[in-house]
Amino acid sequence: MKQPFDRSDGKLVLAHILFAFVALLLGGVAGMLQGTVRSGMITLPANIGYYELLTAHGVLMALIFTTYFIIGFLYSGVSHTLGGKLLPSVRRLAWIGYATMSAGTIIGVIVILLGKATVLYTFYAPMKASPWFYIALALVVIGSWLSGFGIFRQYMTWRKTHKGKVSPLFAYMSVVTMLLWQIATIGVAAEVVVQLIPWSFGWVDTVNVVLSRTLFWYFGHPLVYFWLLPAYICWYVVIPKIIGGKIFSDSLARMSFILFLLFSIPVGFHHQLMEPGISGFWKYTQVVLTFMVIIPSLMTAFSLFATFELYGRSKGAKGLFGWFRMLPWKDVRFFAPFMGMLVFIPAGAGGIINASNQMNAVVHNTLWVTGHFHLTVATSVALTFFGITYWLIPHITGRVLTARMNKLGIVQTICWCIGMFFMSGSMHTVGLMGDPRRTAYTTYDDHPDAILWMPYHVAMAVGGIILFIGLLILAYIVIGLMRAPKGESEYPIGETAEGAEETPRYLERWGIWVGIAVVLILFAYTIPVIDMFQTTVTSPGYVTW
Amino acid sequence: MHVHRLEKIWLSIGISMLAIFLIVIAATAFGMGMSPPSEHHHTIDPTQVTTTAPFDNPGLKQTGDNRYEAVMIAYAFGYEPTTLEVPVGATIDFTVTSSDVVHGFQIVGTNVNMMIEPGEISHMSYKFDKPGEYLVLCNEYCGTGHEYMKTTIVVK
Repeated sequence: MKQPFDRSDGKLVLAHILFAFVALLLGGVAGMLQGTVRSGMITLPANIGYYELLTAHGVLMALIFTTYFIIGFLYSGVSHTLGGKLLPSVRRLAWIGYATMSAGTIIGVIVILLGKATVLYTFYAPMKASPWFYIALALVVIGSWLSGFGIFRQYMTWRKTHKGKVSPLFAYMSVVTMLLWQIATIGVAAEVVVQLIPWSFGWVDTVNVVLSRTLFWYFGHPLVYFWLLPAYICWYVVIPKIIGGKIFSDSLARMSFILFLLFSIPVGFHHQLMEPGISGFWKYTQVVLTFMVIIPSLMTAFSLFATFELYGRSKGAKGLFGWFRMLPWKDVRFFAPFMGMLVFIPAGAGGIINASNQMNAVVHNTLWVTGHFHLTVATSVALTFFGITYWLIPHITGRVLTARMNKLGIVQTICWCIGMFFMSGSMHTVGLMGDPRRTAYTTYDDHPDAILWMPYHVAMAVGGIILFIGLLILAYIVIGLMRAPKGESEYPIGETAEGAEETPRYLERWGIWVGIAVVLILFAYTIPVIDMFQTTVTSPGYVTW
Repeated sequence: MHVHRLEKIWLSIGISMLAIFLIVIAATAFGMGMSPPSEHHHTIDPTQVTTTAPFDNPGLKQTGDNRYEAVMIAYAFGYEPTTLEVPVGATIDFTVTSSDVVHGFQIVGTNVNMMIEPGEISHMSYKFDKPGEYLVLCNEYCGTGHEYMKTTIVVK
């Protein structure tokens, strides 16, 4: 099983992973500074604004770190499971995608640092940024499309040359992830290209605000599933192999991914529950669809713990929970993603609260929401991505994960969890008290309610500093992995448990699934969007920063 | 597709819980009038807010027995009027719009939390049962002075 990774593919994957970690580190600097500014510990030197930092933090973490890491990880698995190397045309496409995304990232970061685009990564029209900010983000999206097309082409070629065979689970899940991404980014691409760029250049005078927000959130929610699905790939496919167990059920794993494809897109209104211009009926309809997307996560939780229990019992574990102790707690490749899974339990529960229609009023735009996605993406997803890094870099560079790096990885994971406990914990608590998100240091003229929030801001800053230390450890590990002794490391790909049923063929009938996804999207959005065109009054642009 | 017996039980419990949540939300939203602020088809030219009724005369108007309408404008970076005074136990119907970018309208310590968007008019009602000085703040980033954007409602 230990085949060396194709060298040219290795370069491609490594380029993505390293770019992701540089973005993570820069975004982390911004994040740590935000925490200390908001708590009143420091004030920024004259020319740096809190909101520039906030924009940079959001763009670098939520868009750049995640997208680069995901594309790198998916390409590594697609190369490994679909023939051992990428087709030359696919590799070329991936590099063109990489170059396009990188050009976009660099332009975007410069425009943000120049203070020409302090509109946060959610755009917030009618605040009007420099057109180059929108062009930069369009380039990132277009680049990611090219990379997605590469994955599709590799998959289709494999299918043609392996007629009648079921595709490898990793590749199947990669295709679902990129399909989800392609369908979802159509929304933000339409917003940027059709609405924002012409308006920002001054070719049109006004912008339809309600429509722009709707297009953004049509993309904004599946975006979080685009982060989550690669973590699920690791949980479903990689973790069973690392612990020495089997995949519980191949077909259920595929089915859960199909459900994500169907239900994670037509749900954007649950980010707009407190907005005018959308009828209560359609908001509630999308709330119902949002709840549907919880089902595949329940399936995932069951499968994972079934894998753990089956493995533990095969090792002779006794009693109801004896299997728990059998898990390889000292292996960071397991420990980091496992902590991610654990955190996903409260994170998911918080998400259900956020999406609960009128209950959203309690938490909308408060720090609770910030706390929520620092558990989901910044802990569950991030820790899983770190866990992947510990074997992926050694595998593609032909090196080994040393015992020392393994131990440091465990320290890093614990550091991350402690930092997040303080930061996200206080964000959740103070959010329930009404403390708004995305707001610089303020006491609202010493209003008694706002004064009560201050101790929580200090706890947030302390958590942020611990997290930053975690990032520095991570950076040290990434460099250490690149200089580790030569050797062979496996690419852990799990096998399905014996006696599991054969995977039904209909799961690879893409026409049907994409068709249903499109029908659901049209159902959830057609009438409200027609309404927006008919009734909304458009607005001129403003620069308020 | 074969589904394990335990997984069937697990999913049945999970899906039933989700169904109960949805029924409770729907019953309170549509049956008891607790919908999120979604009033529709109330539009205004965002560049003419200060000359369009009722926003040409923002403030508190008594509309019934212990019931008032508060007409307010959100702008970068504040609210018009700057302070409101209402009697304890009064129900306030908020009618709010923006004269520039998107803002938030959140009354700390209450469930009043809504988005204010240019071109749209947002509505929400709240009964102030406890006296005090309520903080109204903008919870949607709106520019450099976002953190200073606030007003107060004095209930006595």
